[in-house]
Amino acid sequence: MTISLETMLQLCIILPPLAVMGLVATRNNPNVREAMTIVTGLFVLYLTVNLYAGISQGDVIRVHWLEIFPGLNLSFAVEPLGMIFALVASFLWPITIIYSIGYMRSHNEKNQTRFYICFAIAIGCVMGIAFAENLFTLFIFYEVLTLSTYPLVTHAGTKEASRGGRIYLGILLSTSIAFFLLAIVGTWFVAGTLDFKEGGVFGPETSLTVAGVLLALFIFGIGKAAIMPFHRWLPAAMVAPTPVSALLHAVAVVKAGVFTVMKVCVYIFGIDLLGALPSTQALLYLAGATVLLSSVVAMRQDNLKARLAYSTVSQLGYVTIGALLATTLGVVGGSMHIAMHAFGKITLFFCAGAILVATHKSLISQMRGLGRQMPITMAAFFVASLSIIGVPPTGGTWSKWYLLMGALDTQQWIIMAILMISSLLNIAYLLPIPIQAFFPGNEQTPQDAQMNEAPLPSLIALSITAVICVVLFVYPQPLYDLANAVAAVPGTDHGN
Amino acid sequence: MLAHLPILQVVLPLLAAPSCLIMRRPKLVWLFTLIVSSIAFLISVALLQQVMESGPISYELGGWEQPWGIEYRIDELSAFLLLIVSAVSTVVLLAAHTSIQAEIAEDSQMMFYVLYLLSLTGMLGIISTGDVFNVFVFLEISSLSAYALIAMGDGRRALWASYQYLIMGTIGATFILIAIGLMYQMTGTLNMEDLSRRLPDVAHTRTMYAAYVFFVVGVCLKMALFPLHLWLPNAYSYAPSIVTAFFAATSTKVALYLLIRFTFSVFDFSFSFSTLPLQPVFLVLGFLGIFVASTAAIYQKNLKHLFAYSSVAQIGYMIVGYSIATSAGLMATLLHLFNHSLMKSALFLALAAVMYRLSSVQLSCLQGMGRQMPLTMAAIVVGGASLIGVPLTIGFVSKWFLVMAAIENGLWPVAVLVLLGSLLAIVYVWRVVEVAYFMEPMPGKDPVKEAPWSILVPVWLLVAANVYFGVDTRLSVQIAQAAADSLFGVSP
Repeated sequence: MTISLETMLQLCIILPPLAVMGLVATRNNPNVREAMTIVTGLFVLYLTVNLYAGISQGDVIRVHWLEIFPGLNLSFAVEPLGMIFALVASFLWPITIIYSIGYMRSHNEKNQTRFYICFAIAIGCVMGIAFAENLFTLFIFYEVLTLSTYPLVTHAGTKEASRGGRIYLGILLSTSIAFFLLAIVGTWFVAGTLDFKEGGVFGPETSLTVAGVLLALFIFGIGKAAIMPFHRWLPAAMVAPTPVSALLHAVAVVKAGVFTVMKVCVYIFGIDLLGALPSTQALLYLAGATVLLSSVVAMRQDNLKARLAYSTVSQLGYVTIGALLATTLGVVGGSMHIAMHAFGKITLFFCAGAILVATHKSLISQMRGLGRQMPITMAAFFVASLSIIGVPPTGGTWSKWYLLMGALDTQQWIIMAILMISSLLNIAYLLPIPIQAFFPGNEQTPQDAQMNEAPLPSLIALSITAVICVVLFVYPQPLYDLANAVAAVPGTDHGN
Repeated sequence: MLAHLPILQVVLPLLAAPSCLIMRRPKLVWLFTLIVSSIAFLISVALLQQVMESGPISYELGGWEQPWGIEYRIDELSAFLLLIVSAVSTVVLLAAHTSIQAEIAEDSQMMFYVLYLLSLTGMLGIISTGDVFNVFVFLEISSLSAYALIAMGDGRRALWASYQYLIMGTIGATFILIAIGLMYQMTGTLNMEDLSRRLPDVAHTRTMYAAYVFFVVGVCLKMALFPLHLWLPNAYSYAPSIVTAFFAATSTKVALYLLIRFTFSVFDFSFSFSTLPLQPVFLVLGFLGIFVASTAAIYQKNLKHLFAYSSVAQIGYMIVGYSIATSAGLMATLLHLFNHSLMKSALFLALAAVMYRLSSVQLSCLQGMGRQMPLTMAAIVVGGASLIGVPLTIGFVSKWFLVMAAIENGLWPVAVLVLLGSLLAIVYVWRVVEVAYFMEPMPGKDPVKEAPWSILVPVWLLVAANVYFGVDTRLSVQIAQAAADSLFGVSP
């Protein structure tokens, strides 16, 4: 049986929500239920890989669903940047499900069916965002993603959880409506179209001031990119169960944010226009400030998940910087960082969850000497930390390399300094954790020093992602090619 | 036969109303009312088709030539409104029998249908007539029956709410009558078209200014424009649920129609907008309405109150579009008028279902209903999403056109404020969602069943319309565009 690429594209978006029905039907049989999610996940992965093969051969894959009114369409198309995002998300979904099986069961969480349902819907939205052909389509899935992840954030059902959920929903929805939607309407008014186009949609006669304001509205409106001061939702979302934090708040939701930023910068403004806008520089510094400040805040967190959350805020700033540098190298670096950071951060979150399940510890100060109990987990943590910091032999090296090159290329010395300092800060807040776990020093090691690893499924999942961090160092070519294809759109190849 | 459609539209429910008295049995009367309303709906479809094809229809009542006789005039705007009112009335009536059984005593059920038909007559009459005094007559028919319908609600609070509305509504109607009287005194005619020819000669007299101000204030009272909205929340909350669903979708809309009709077709457009500082006043009142009423909605504990305040806010949006004073702005208003009647009828009808099962629409009663009444709650969620303006619902379409109309005129702050207003809608809709879906049922309360199909089907018809017209906007946009263009005198 052969399916056309267009059908595959639609299946990618439709399948995860369709799986919901199956999940509801099998809610009383957890094994079947989880098997079904994994199978769906693998199938979606298979489809995305096929789509990847398709665009590598130069096929054009487009699907048109609806026309709301002339010019405003619900339609999809595959392009390299979306491909990166879709591949990362569809690859990590089944892995996260494997991880969740270990985590949710040994944690005796309630409402597990709702958990898997919302997860599936969220992934469907991510696919919609990744393959959206225009801002309108992207916006719809962006909003549904927010709503479908709310039950996941408040999963615990406690007062604290619903408070976190309100902050989450409040910030994401209000920025998206007050700024993002306004920016979309403004773009429609100025450019007359919302389609993503290579080299941007604004004509040469567009006033720079207007476009500059629109850019600022976009950057602030895409709250999922967590640019300060609209980053508070991310730490607030940490009340969610760890698999949720792992996939959604290290990969799907936050990456949807920076992906949108990147997409808007490259395909709505185009990097030529972006470089000429009056507001770009200011926003670049704002992203830089976000990177630095949140790294500093991360250092002061004792709760591991909170530290990772602030670290995410900081790393998202990298991608935004990559986009706003308005140069090919920056775009390449930013696009690659979407994937690199995803693998690194999801591993870290997996580890945090594994530690929580195995030892019920969530504070870093209690994790001294944990390396003997949980060697695999802590080793994975170490590898992933290296990737986040950006040192060989991990994938994070490449993205940071290109980001630095981009900064160098545009002579943004301050940004360059920020990137360097931030890497040092990353070392300071990440590496001590595994080091102290393995070398607790003179202090007495805990009494119960026997092997006490996390549940097997969780362990498998976190090992896979940690290995991939290394693989991406050795074999970054496909990712680089995709990222390069994003940057090398016609009319934008300058400065290189 | 076809030529007489404009008057049949009005006469049919008018004659049907007393006929109900003969039938007496509630179920029979209900069926009869439903059929009458359906016929009215079919007529309005036929009229709309005629108008869109061959332009406005003028019908001379009793063969007396205008301006001596009474003229019925159906143009794009009135055909559009006729369609909305008769369609909503029909769908709401589908659910009426079940809901009324639970809320109104057996022996007054028949009276309910009589009043309902009279109220429908009044509204259809206001929309189709081309004679200003006739407008007043129909206004009184619809208002008087409305007061009585509201008073049929539960207990003494309904009486009080009805009394409040009676006082305010009568003041409004009297103001309109005074305005009509003054106009007649100055021109000696009551026909709208004739008036519009003669008024410019006397436009700059004090009498005309007075007439104009009386009219605007009177109609704003009927429309519940902030700050003249005080009668509305109680009237909507304590009336029988079916009445609320019908009125929320139609009665304020008809008042808005009157405002548009008079300011564009009777008074000259430039007179309307230059005599009074109408634009700034309406813009400010519209936004005050949006923000104050939405904020008030957030703090309501009774769902009917909540959505009633939301109605006041939505009137604000319509007035904002109107006060932009361009064809695009007016079109956004008309579109929102159409869309809002679909949203609110869906929401209030869903509340009728809640009322049927829980005998209360307090927010706290909804705890855990997301599981016990999934279809009803889902309907409220979709309706609420539409209120917020989520893409793929009709709310998005009207907000989109409103924001575009503002931007086209360089009114960027208006665009921003419109979007900020949606944020408040998120808050009050979300409160309902949170209670219904994320709270456990109250301990010690028996689980309830899903609402009966006789209510659910019409609710979901309306919900489906909320989504359908959010995706396929051809019909609504096209008609609203044609109506706005014809009022601005632009030939399409």
